[in-house]
Amino acid sequence: MKHLQKWGPLLGIALIAVALLVIAPAVLSPFRLNNLGKYVCWAIAGVGIGLAWGRGGMLVMGQGVFFGLGGYAMAMHLKLEAAMATGGPDAIPDFMVLYGDGTMPGWWEPFRSGAFTLFAVVAVPAVAAAVLGWAIFKRRVKGAYFAILTQALAVAFATLLVATIKQTGGFNGLNQFTVFFGYNLYDPVNKRMIYSIAAAVLVVCLLVVWQLYRSRFGELLVATRDAEERVRFLGHDPANVKLVAFVVAAVMASIGGALFAPITGIISPSDVDATASIFLIAGVALGGRALLLGPALGALAVGYGRTSLSESFPDQWTYFLGLLFIVVILFLPAGLGSVWAQGVARLRSMVRAPAAKHRTAEPAVDDLEVAR
Amino acid sequence: MDAFTTPLLAGAATGALLLIAALGLALTFGQMGVINMAHGEFLMAGAYTAYLTQQVVTNTDISILLALPVAFVVAGCLGLLLEVAIIQWMYRRPLDTLLVTVGVSLLLQQLAKDVFGAQGDPVHTPGWLDGNIDVFGYHWPYRQMFTIVLALAALGALGALLRYTAYGRRIRATVQNRDLAETMGVSTRTVDRVTFFVGSGLAGIGGVAVSLISGTNPNLGTSYIISAFLVVVAGGLGQLRGTVIAAFAVGIVTAYLTDWYSSSMAQVVTFGLVVVFLQLRPQGLFTVRTRGLA
Amino acid sequence: MLVLTAALSLSACGGSKSGESSSAESCVDTSGDTIKLGFLNSTSGAMAISEQTVRDSLVMALEEINADGGILGKKIEPVVEDGASDPAVFAEKIEKLLTGDCVAAVFGGWTSASRKAMLPVVEADNGLLFYPVQYEGLEASKNIYYTGATTNQQIIPAMDFLKSEGVKTLFLAGSDYVFPRTANKIIKQYAKELGIEIVGEEYVPLDDDDWTTQVAKIVDAKPDFVFNTINGSSNVGFIKAYYEQGLSPETSPIISVSIAEEEAPAMGKDVTGQYAAWNYFQSVESPTNEAFIKAFKAKYGEDRPTSDPMEAAYTSLYLYKALVEKADSFAVDDINAAADGVTFDAPEGTVTIDGDNHHIAKTGLIGRINSDNQFDVVWSSDEPIEPDPFLEGYPWWDASGE
Repeated sequence: MKHLQKWGPLLGIALIAVALLVIAPAVLSPFRLNNLGKYVCWAIAGVGIGLAWGRGGMLVMGQGVFFGLGGYAMAMHLKLEAAMATGGPDAIPDFMVLYGDGTMPGWWEPFRSGAFTLFAVVAVPAVAAAVLGWAIFKRRVKGAYFAILTQALAVAFATLLVATIKQTGGFNGLNQFTVFFGYNLYDPVNKRMIYSIAAAVLVVCLLVVWQLYRSRFGELLVATRDAEERVRFLGHDPANVKLVAFVVAAVMASIGGALFAPITGIISPSDVDATASIFLIAGVALGGRALLLGPALGALAVGYGRTSLSESFPDQWTYFLGLLFIVVILFLPAGLGSVWAQGVARLRSMVRAPAAKHRTAEPAVDDLEVAR
Repeated sequence: MDAFTTPLLAGAATGALLLIAALGLALTFGQMGVINMAHGEFLMAGAYTAYLTQQVVTNTDISILLALPVAFVVAGCLGLLLEVAIIQWMYRRPLDTLLVTVGVSLLLQQLAKDVFGAQGDPVHTPGWLDGNIDVFGYHWPYRQMFTIVLALAALGALGALLRYTAYGRRIRATVQNRDLAETMGVSTRTVDRVTFFVGSGLAGIGGVAVSLISGTNPNLGTSYIISAFLVVVAGGLGQLRGTVIAAFAVGIVTAYLTDWYSSSMAQVVTFGLVVVFLQLRPQGLFTVRTRGLA
Repeated sequence: MLVLTAALSLSACGGSKSGESSSAESCVDTSGDTIKLGFLNSTSGAMAISEQTVRDSLVMALEEINADGGILGKKIEPVVEDGASDPAVFAEKIEKLLTGDCVAAVFGGWTSASRKAMLPVVEADNGLLFYPVQYEGLEASKNIYYTGATTNQQIIPAMDFLKSEGVKTLFLAGSDYVFPRTANKIIKQYAKELGIEIVGEEYVPLDDDDWTTQVAKIVDAKPDFVFNTINGSSNVGFIKAYYEQGLSPETSPIISVSIAEEEAPAMGKDVTGQYAAWNYFQSVESPTNEAFIKAFKAKYGEDRPTSDPMEAAYTSLYLYKALVEKADSFAVDDINAAADGVTFDAPEGTVTIDGDNHHIAKTGLIGRINSDNQFDVVWSSDEPIEPDPFLEGYPWWDASGE
């Protein structure tokens, strides 16, 4: 049983890896597999939200921004690749000719390089989150203030994208990609490959947070969430702890977005705005925000629910999403996964000596986050 | 001259709208630490009330005045319902309240879509508001003046309620120290409900004013709510004057930025300014000092 | 580390390099006595109200065609999907319709964003899409038929009308997205040609209703006309602010390209005397239109008006029928080969497909709103205008100009 406790999370990750990388490609049609790939991208962002919100207590309501930074960085590269495939090495994206004056802004230029794009997908959100987070956490802005600021950020980001039509494609977003790092995007074999990359990245992200949660940093993060002042009194700077979690979450969202663009073939402001950000949170809340696997599984479930419900009850989807928030947060604040986790814990305590104390990472119900 | 007056006067009217929307938010946030994301949908409810009132009372001159108290009660009751059904169970979980009310907001929007249709319905401007006065070249619409008057009246009434009535004293006591107020025999539960009713009702009145700008539509609340939140954050908690200054500042600054650049850039830049402002004053403009550690 | 993993798996997985394009084999089943067609419109989200009207007229056309014996003797079996007002969903759903349900053609889309999202999918699968809405042009795909107007059938006729009215100064007001920006680019270049001065250009985000500051600029500029490319509910805020600040059709009338019979009564203001540019109005007098209106009202209610996009959607299904019957095949390549010159006697008048750019020739109309919220036609291009999505026949047009 001791082994189970230690290796249980790894076993869970392994099961997810097998399900996504072996079983799903074998049983799903190419179309459904591509849908699953989209949910996987949301799940990657969800893992980051679990880290920042579930463990760190920072309600990040604007993760769409980082999702979008990665998504647009990748989309810019794909757009340039598509242009270069037909128009030679100096070709520029079609929309700049259609809507602009036929010149490309200088900051697009480096995205011709695939290597630079991959670097930007990680570096741009990391720097953005670091600057923003530093400004916010150092001044001890937290709780609802933080949540509102991040949501306003998502609104501002989407507005900015829509308004800069000549640079970002505006409301239409970026689409009509044909090539992904040299591979034809419409070949089913290549689509499967991109799906596999996304699934592998999700597994890697889960391993990363598993390590983080086991580490001293993970403990400090939970401590900061539950009693920030006490952490401060103990000589740690909570701002730094939160900053790290916020940056890691941003990078994960960005990578999810970067994979979202080739999988769906489009990224537009409606994929990254405040509503999209709220949608990302829904899965995390459902699965269990503070759990290791909860956010990812929840995001996959909500993604699947969105597709299947909108196919069978097109008008009812919003009701389901609304009710999901109310019911889960009100009655199951630790998520569906917590039911499972409690069951396992109970089973374990029945088998083991009653004195064994189970440390839980669920959020303290009595959090002191009223910002005053 | 009108490059100066137009944004000032138009921005003041926008600020007045933000003020009505933010007053209720500031009240509930300051007192209970509750962020109500469905507040924008109370605005929407107010707008639909204005539309429905015009269906019943076809004389638009009267119906809009009639709509104000009706909208106050309708939105107030929605708020009360929300408090009793959901929020009272989670006062110790402010961030979770925020998310639950996100769910409520989604439900109300979809409900409005199903009941009234996605297109939105027209709200007619009454004859006595249909016109304008020339102020240094800006044809200042009566409707904008009406909005400002309405906001100041709401502010005055709320101020009087807080300062001169027994309920106001209880509210202030609860804001400053909930436990002590409880010890002194104040029923903070009742006080919370009154606050929620009044705060939500103010949003209903704001909704009537908004309906004169854009009619009704199910997404009407979402376009105002973020700005209203920024006003509350920038204004600080527990005192109305911060909210008042912040509301007019955000409204007027946005109007100037709109005039100089564009609406889109104005939204983006205003957000940036609020973040920078919080760097200087993390607690907002004014805040009530409490002795809590957290 | 993540980048490394991604890069590694990228090189490890054996994908086929680009160039070996694998044109998907059509899975459309034409052996039975029915043929499947996909209807992809948003029935939820912000665009639902507009797209529902398109869906309604598609369903009506379908029932008429089926009652009349179907297409090549096969009854149409519709597969309906919701685009949820989200471009990514449109892309996902059209893929499902083409490769999962194996429909012979898809009808739908509204926003440019939704069409741009569907375009690469429909091209990759070599499917067919019929798009029923006026749009910003500058596009032609062999897999899409555009049954709404392109710019030289709506924007340019509107400018010709303004010129004929003796307009000297024009103010441009639009929503901040692709169609208004592109339309205004065309308007500005053509205005220079016509000697009309542009005295202002303002944009407001799609979801923003407050037009006060921008309308104040119109008041200052005192233009002869306002060209309105605003979309959706933002129109209400614009119209209210316009009247509030003392503007009227007597001083600076508005010509709109997105206010039709349904929108006019929803402004909360009497908009009598304002103008709109379309290719169809309910008031068009023809026996075909009379029959169309009568059938529509009988099916959906007396109070429902008919409008341009509805008519274009209705026409699109009949054009598809005509295309298939001329080609004597449901195969995309056969249909495309037979496309040029296919006509249909539509409610707006006879329309003809251009085989090169897959748009249709349409007559440009300008209507003035009367007190019944119907449009009195005050100007017409008389002849159907040949579609020219890239404006190649207009020497003043410079795609990379300002």
